Order: sequence, then structure tokens, then C-alpha cells
Amino acid sequence: MKHTLSVLVENKPGVLARVSGLFSRRGFNIDSLAVGVTENPEISRMTIVVEGDDRVLEQVTKQLNKLIDTIKVSDLTAEESVERELMMIKVAAEPKMRSEIMQIADIFRARIIDVSPKTMIIEATGDEEKINAMEALLKQFGVKELARTGKIALTRGLKSV
Amino acid sequence: MKMVSKISGAEAFIECLCKENVEVVFGIPGGSLLPIHDALYDSSIKHILVRHEQCAAHMADGYARATGRTGVCLATSGPGATNLVTGIANAYMDSVPMVAFTGQVPTGMIGNDAFQEADITGITLPITKINYLIKDVNNLPKTIREAFHIASTGRPGPVLVDIPKDVQIMESEFEYPKTFNLRGYKPTIEGHPLQIKRAIKAITDAERPIIYAGGGVIISNASEELRALAELTLAPVTTTLMGKGAFPESHPLSLGMVGMHGTKYANYAMTETDLIVAVGVRFDDRVTGKLNAFAPNAKVIHIDIDPAEISKSVSVGIPIVGDAKRVLKELIKGLGKKPRTEWLKKIEKWKKEFPLRYDRSGKTLKPQFIIEQINELCPDAIITTEVGQCQMWAAQYFKSTKPRSFISSGGLGTMGYGFPAAIGAKVGCPDKTVIDIAGDGSFQMTCQELATAVLNDIPVTVAILNNGFLGMVRQWQELFYDKRYSATYLGTTSPDFTKLAEAYGALGIEVRKPSEVKSAIEEAVTSDKPAVIDFKIDPEENVLPMVPAGAAINEMIDYEG
Repeated sequence: MKHTLSVLVENKPGVLARVSGLFSRRGFNIDSLAVGVTENPEISRMTIVVEGDDRVLEQVTKQLNKLIDTIKVSDLTAEESVERELMMIKVAAEPKMRSEIMQIADIFRARIIDVSPKTMIIEATGDEEKINAMEALLKQFGVKELARTGKIALTRGLKSV
Repeated sequence: MKMVSKISGAEAFIECLCKENVEVVFGIPGGSLLPIHDALYDSSIKHILVRHEQCAAHMADGYARATGRTGVCLATSGPGATNLVTGIANAYMDSVPMVAFTGQVPTGMIGNDAFQEADITGITLPITKINYLIKDVNNLPKTIREAFHIASTGRPGPVLVDIPKDVQIMESEFEYPKTFNLRGYKPTIEGHPLQIKRAIKAITDAERPIIYAGGGVIISNASEELRALAELTLAPVTTTLMGKGAFPESHPLSLGMVGMHGTKYANYAMTETDLIVAVGVRFDDRVTGKLNAFAPNAKVIHIDIDPAEISKSVSVGIPIVGDAKRVLKELIKGLGKKPRTEWLKKIEKWKKEFPLRYDRSGKTLKPQFIIEQINELCPDAIITTEVGQCQMWAAQYFKSTKPRSFISSGGLGTMGYGFPAAIGAKVGCPDKTVIDIAGDGSFQMTCQELATAVLNDIPVTVAILNNGFLGMVRQWQELFYDKRYSATYLGTTSPDFTKLAEAYGALGIEVRKPSEVKSAIEEAVTSDKPAVIDFKIDPEENVLPMVPAGAAINEMIDYEG
């Protein structure tokens, strides 16, 4: 089962290496990892999607907590949370195909952020399923390049982690 | 305006060490450490010059295990730093408080593949509790304060601090911080009251309890509490290799060591118990053997300061995260005596029926006999060991009675550890007799430290159980690889160890017969010199009993008949 972990860490050099090294060393699989600073410039939030059963998750959580630079680890899977991912996709777009691509973008509430004579770049945010669905639909036009951020997430409402 | 004088990073380094009450550092200088060694020259801190940085780390490690204080080692950038790696990994696996300082190329050259540059913080990432690269001299005191705090608290372990040469030279106003904020590091010390309550109930209900004690008991200085718990509950006590000395092995409730080369009665008791009280242990594979056959009928109480050890390999019914000493005190408060006559009778029977044994006829020189003689002549000695057969014979036949008196590389299994660890232990405990139980293979990995022992007048004894083989590997080849002794014969290629000792200015003694053992040990330990005894033992003696790899711990190989 996939779990989304929200991990608050010290915003210091080497912390990302510590966390990613921990995963490979202990044989845990990371599906995605997104890092960025929080409202407090001294603290970064890592959102890590990890695959594993309860036993694996327990070990991942404990090992993450054991890192001195880790401030807090929360498993958002069981929480009411909002999850988003950002994708930028560059597709082949001859002028006659543009309107069709724009329609698809509209349906997914995505935006066109670059147009060239032969390509378009579409920016989309959403949960993983939406992003996957959109990518599948755009494949027919020919995907030139694709970049995804990995998931970020927050709990809903007043509660914070 | 208050005038504060500025001092260099190297001087600040010395000040920090003084504030941490460091009396000795083990190290080797180098280009990137020149300012620090220059500052050391005038300081009250003793610097012990070693011959290989790996041994500086092992000495700091042996010093720490023998004294309970944090060991400190020092190496220059590049190869000096990478030579520390085995020593740091060793300390990490066995939870030894250590701070390793390394010189680094100047900050402006980092990342440039400069001469003698190595990314030592990158390299030691998985084998340190935390490590630091100090880029600003103003952060030096705070960093060193944190390093010592983290190394010595919670589950102890090594911390590395990398100090570029220009940071050692730059000046700043020195102030040693009184407080610091480590929001991500707050070890749990007190056990959870509810879990303690559950544990008390489980112990009270148990018919066949066993206490399984490890290095955590020694680290937490909880031996007295452990003994009180055992005597109160009349539960037999088995220890791990790391736990040797946590409970007196002369005690009637002692089962000796458990696991692959443990006693049969410890392994039988572990298999038949209905409750394991595990204290400061990690259910290592050398202890549990085949996991699904390990203690099949037992509930498990696991007391450990590291939450990540709970249920890592064996599921735990009653976890208690906390300091062993505190938790044991709480447990004792809630427990009463309970007779467990049947269980103890059964154990007595096993002890009589399946004692540790070897051929005592005296026809050949047996390693077990040598250990027994050392035990008899020097029962209060600090024993360090190398790794392999010598280590297991020492663990089986030396009856440790006090904590911090049996020092061995448990987790990493580092050959060459015992001799430098003995030197470190002797530096920390100069009034104790310190003996390294060695093999001819292991000793040759770090024997150059004879120079360190002689130069600094550190009289330790190395007892080489010389069988001319990499003995433990040979034993496995004999038992599981049709006696195909591939690359394990050392015999004719090893030096004459007595002459080697003499060449360094140490005492060398050769022993071939059982009748010479006693006088050789007496001569070595009273010589007041570093001494090497070359015991020419029976080359094909094995360590038995033994649990073969992958078997359950009650399925042991032993001598026939």
C-alpha cells in the first residue's frame, strides 16, 4: 500500500542526502519525494510517498524519527488531507491540433504556458490520478518532454503536522 | 564596552575539548590538521600518536567502553579521514560514544578534488549519529557542544566533525554555549507507566521467564538493577556478547551467552521460555538464529532507548522505550518474589547435562584452557578481543563479573579491533590489567600499534591464540565446505610474533605446552611492558557448540560423545 509521509526537517545542507540515503540503505522504496521550505525558513517539509506494509511503514517512520535533523514525521494516509502534484508536459502540436489540446487542457483545468510552431507546454496540478489521466490523454499527440514534482500534501482544517 | 579577545579556530577547538573534560585524544597529524596539532602542543590534553587512523578510532572506542566517557580521535583530511571509517562504523554498530574530528581542505577548495580531499561527511553519513562540516569558525563551539551531547546521550554513537584548515586559522570571540536547541533530538528516558504496568503483570504471570540482557545495560550503568530484577523474580539471565559483564557470570542465575556460540542451556532456555524480558538488546541474527523458530512460546517485553529497535526483527508485545536503568528501577518497584522452582530445576539439569566442554587431557595446547588460565590468574582484568574463534572462546570461557570489563567488536565484527581497543582501555583505566585475546590473523591487522604502546608506555598484554589459520573461516570450511581450506592458511607466512614484539621494544613470550601457560601470563601481566604471548594452539580446534547458519538456536552442533 502507498503511504504519504509528511516530514518536517531542519533546513540544512545534507538533510536531503540523509533522508534519501536512509531509504536506499534500509531497502525502502520511495515513489516520490518533494522538498521545500515551510513558513519557517529554518524548517523544510518533505513529502514522501512510500510503498510498503504496516511493518515497513513502522520501520520507515522510526528510522526517519531517529535522524537528528528530523523534527516530525506524520503519515497522512489515514488523515483527512489534500494532495497535489504539478506536471509540465510538452506535446507535439501542429497548428491544426492546437484547439483539441486546448480543450483537453480545459477539461482538466490545466493551463497552456508555452506555444511554439510545433509544440505546446501544458501545466497541470491535481492529485495523482488526475495527472495520470491527463498524461494518458495527451500521449496521442506525442509527448516531447515531461516533468512532475512529486506529491505534496497538507492535512485539512485546523489540524497541522 | 566589554572587550573580548579573539582566538583561532584551533585554539577554540582546544577550549571546547577542555570544556567537555576531554583528557586524551588519539590521532595522527597531517597537512589539514597542522593548526590543531600546533594548539595541542601547548594544551593539557594528552595526544596519543598512533600508527594508523583506524586504530585511533578503535582506541577512542576502547577508552569509551572501559570508562563510559566519550572517546575522541583525530585524523587529517583525505586518507587520514577515510582510514577512520572502519573504526567509526564499529563504534556505530556497538553504540559507542565517540567524537571523531577530521581536518579538511580549506573551505574555498572543498569540492575541487584538492590534494588530500575526501568528502568524509558524505562517506560517514550512514555510520554516524550525525556529522558536521564547520564552514564558519563562529559555529565551531556550538557544533562541538552538540557533537558531544549527541554522541553521549540517548543511544550513544559516533559523531564526526570535519574542520577545514582555514576555519582552524580564522579567529573569533570564543564563547561555549550553555544551552542549545535540538528540536529533532529528544531521547525518551522514562518508560511509559502503562507499559511498565503491563510488563509487571506479564512478569508476575510468567512461569518460565528469562532475562535477555545486552550492551544497553552496560551503557546505562544498570547492572545493579538488572541483578536486583533477576534475584527478585528468580529469572535466569542470559547475555549477548555485548552484554557480557552486565550480569555476573559466576551468579547461579547466569546462563552465560546466548546464540550461535552460546551455551546450550541458554539456547534451550530461550527456546522454552514463556516470557523474554529483553533489556538493551537488538535481537541480532547471531542471537536469534532462524527467526520463526526463535522462542516460539514466548511473550516479549523489550526495554530499549532506541524506538527503532522495537519490533525490528522480532515482534514485541510489550515495548518499553526508555533508559534501561530507569525502567528497571520502575519494574522492580512493582514486582514481588515468586518461586519458579520447576523452571530453575529444569535449567539446573540442562547446565549439568550440557556444560561447555573441550578436551582437557592436556595432550595439546587448547585455547579454552588458556582462557580459563587467564580467567583464574586475572579475574578482574579488562578483556578485549579480536574477532573470530579467539573472540568466541574468550566469550565462552572468560567469566565476566563486572560491566565494562569485556570489550569486543560485536556488530561489525572488526578483526584488528582488540589490540587498539586494549590500548584505549588501558589509557582510560591505567590501574587495570588489560588483556587482548587475539588470533594470529586478527593481530596482524593492527599489530603496528605495538609502537604506540611502547612509545607511550601503555602496558597491555596480547594473548595470541595462534593456530596458523583464519580460524573461524577455516572452521566453516571444515564443517560446510568439505575441508577445502581456501585462503585461510596463514601458518608459514606469519612472522615470529615474539621477535616482532621484541623488534618494537615489547616483551615477547612463546608458549607451546599447557604447563608453560600460567607462568607466561604471570610474566606478561607483571612485566609492566606491552607484551605479546604467542600461544601455539591446536590448529584444528573448533568453537563449539555452534548453531549452523539458518538453524534454530536449539539445534546445536557439539563435540561427539
